[in-house]
Amino acid sequence: MKRALTALWLLFLASIPLWLTDLYALHVLIMTGIFIIAAMSLNLLLGYTGQLSLGHVAFFGIGAYASSLVSLGFEVHLLPNWLVSLEPKPVWFAMLCGVVLAGLSGWVIGRISFKVRGAYFVIVTVSFAEVVRLIALNWVELTQGPMALNNIPALRLAIPGVVELAFLRKPANYWLTLIVAVLCYVLIRRLVHSRAGRAMVALRENEALATSVGIDVTHYLVLATVVSAAMAGAAGVLYAHYVRIVDPDVFLFIYTVTMVIMVISGGKGTQAGPIVGGLIFGLLPDLLRAAAIKPEIQWVIYGVLMILIVHFLPEGIVPAARRWWQGRVPTAVIP
Amino acid sequence: MDQLLQHALNALILGGTYALLGIGLTLIFGIMRVVNFTHGELYSFGAYMMFFCVMAIDVNFFVALALAVLAGIALGAILEIALLRRLKGTDIDTTMLVMIGAWIALQNLEQFTWSGVAKSIDTPFPSSPLVLGPVSVSWNRLFVFAVAAALIAGSYALITLTKLGKAMRATFQDRETALLMGVDIDFIHTATFALGSGLAAAAGALLGPVFVVYPTMGDLASLKAFAVVILGGLGSIPGATVGGFILAFMEELGAAYVSSGFRDGMGFLLIIAILLVRPTGLFAQKERIG
Repeated sequence: MKRALTALWLLFLASIPLWLTDLYALHVLIMTGIFIIAAMSLNLLLGYTGQLSLGHVAFFGIGAYASSLVSLGFEVHLLPNWLVSLEPKPVWFAMLCGVVLAGLSGWVIGRISFKVRGAYFVIVTVSFAEVVRLIALNWVELTQGPMALNNIPALRLAIPGVVELAFLRKPANYWLTLIVAVLCYVLIRRLVHSRAGRAMVALRENEALATSVGIDVTHYLVLATVVSAAMAGAAGVLYAHYVRIVDPDVFLFIYTVTMVIMVISGGKGTQAGPIVGGLIFGLLPDLLRAAAIKPEIQWVIYGVLMILIVHFLPEGIVPAARRWWQGRVPTAVIP
Repeated sequence: MDQLLQHALNALILGGTYALLGIGLTLIFGIMRVVNFTHGELYSFGAYMMFFCVMAIDVNFFVALALAVLAGIALGAILEIALLRRLKGTDIDTTMLVMIGAWIALQNLEQFTWSGVAKSIDTPFPSSPLVLGPVSVSWNRLFVFAVAAALIAGSYALITLTKLGKAMRATFQDRETALLMGVDIDFIHTATFALGSGLAAAAGALLGPVFVVYPTMGDLASLKAFAVVILGGLGSIPGATVGGFILAFMEELGAAYVSSGFRDGMGFLLIIAILLVRPTGLFAQKERIG
């Protein structure tokens, strides 16, 4: 029954480009999907290990930049007389590089920043994102700085002589995003239901107790950060090859805030939370725009909503809705 | 050598305002356990109040400065009573999220009200700089430094000498015991947040006329204040003061001798480095402030 429902949902989501003819609406859905992937990755850290990373956009941006640069090729002087150059590589390979590099930077950040917790951890992650943004802005030889990386190729998959797929149009990009999102969802599901996931929840609930029963806290925190960073990188990779232009603004703190709002409002620590929150806050800007509300006011509404949600729905929409549903159907059998 | 002297002088003057920002933030964190993401907004609020008073309704420059600080204190008190009071006792992440929400709302209200175009503020100071041998400094910056130094000394006196300051220190050391001794914790929290906000607004009102005023000017100020506070150790006023000057020197020398593009990055590198080597900050005094 449950399995059939899931399949039905997936069929519905996959069928959207077939009947939705408004290309702008499809674009909004693709961008929402990309942000949902990023929000799911943040949820792994924030919801399951309890660490608030406010530098998450750094991994998104690193994925986007790495993938773009590998697919475009680059020439850069690492030292005044040491030129490193890279020929353009196929896009699928570049995408893989983007994900791996984002995961690697997650490992580095995890190793160095899990010496501290709480407020200090938050500030380290913010600083990290800001340093990466400044590098993207100032290392003009590599990143073109504020001139942005242009003409990033779209993904092409080909088996010579048999089939060639070019992800140039919106429906193809929509399906690509959907596939990656489902993969990430399944991966997170497997992870949090495994031994590692239970260890993460244990250390979220009580770190001292978790350590005392022999859980290697730093090991699991770093593991969560690497997976989370790689997924955020995958979202960035999708973004880069869909929008096909990347500038240092992808590192803006406001995108981290958007991800955090999505996770918190939907319900941190639940699998459906980031999806619900992501749909609301991914589609809300366009609804507000349709109502002719200026972007500044839209952000004011975001800010106020965030305060209201923390005050009135501190656990998020999904847990609140679940409790309301269970209260309504008292005879429901607990599975 | 002359160049180095000039950089050192610039850093000294910049450091005063960084210290001002840092002291406000460190007080709020130390006493209330709140990571105040609206701190930078209070900074730009002070600058905009200055702009409004001087350029729009033509108030005297020095009166405008006082008005801007008072407006900052008032806004801080309102924020604390409206948002933080009912969240007392919740974990640090919750208040942090609320402060991020307030920050986004305030910043975009500012952008909506004043538009994103940078504004400049006229000053009554002579435009020719004061030349002291090999170095020179503008009168305006000298004034900024003098006021900042006076405010730092004033806050220090408030914390160490007055009854309110004593109550603040008691709250910092042990909230429950302070409560048992009859300290009105709600009032202390409001006063602390208002004082910290007033100091941030003062920094904005002082630097607004030196640079230009724009809605996102507070973001960097916030992050720099965090750097200063982490450098000095959370909750330490002398630490924040020294931290402000260290950050200013790092930035000034970094911009001069490394690359001007990474000027603002210095603070973040400093944060990361400090937390790796000495996570409690240079002047950690876990149990006391002042």
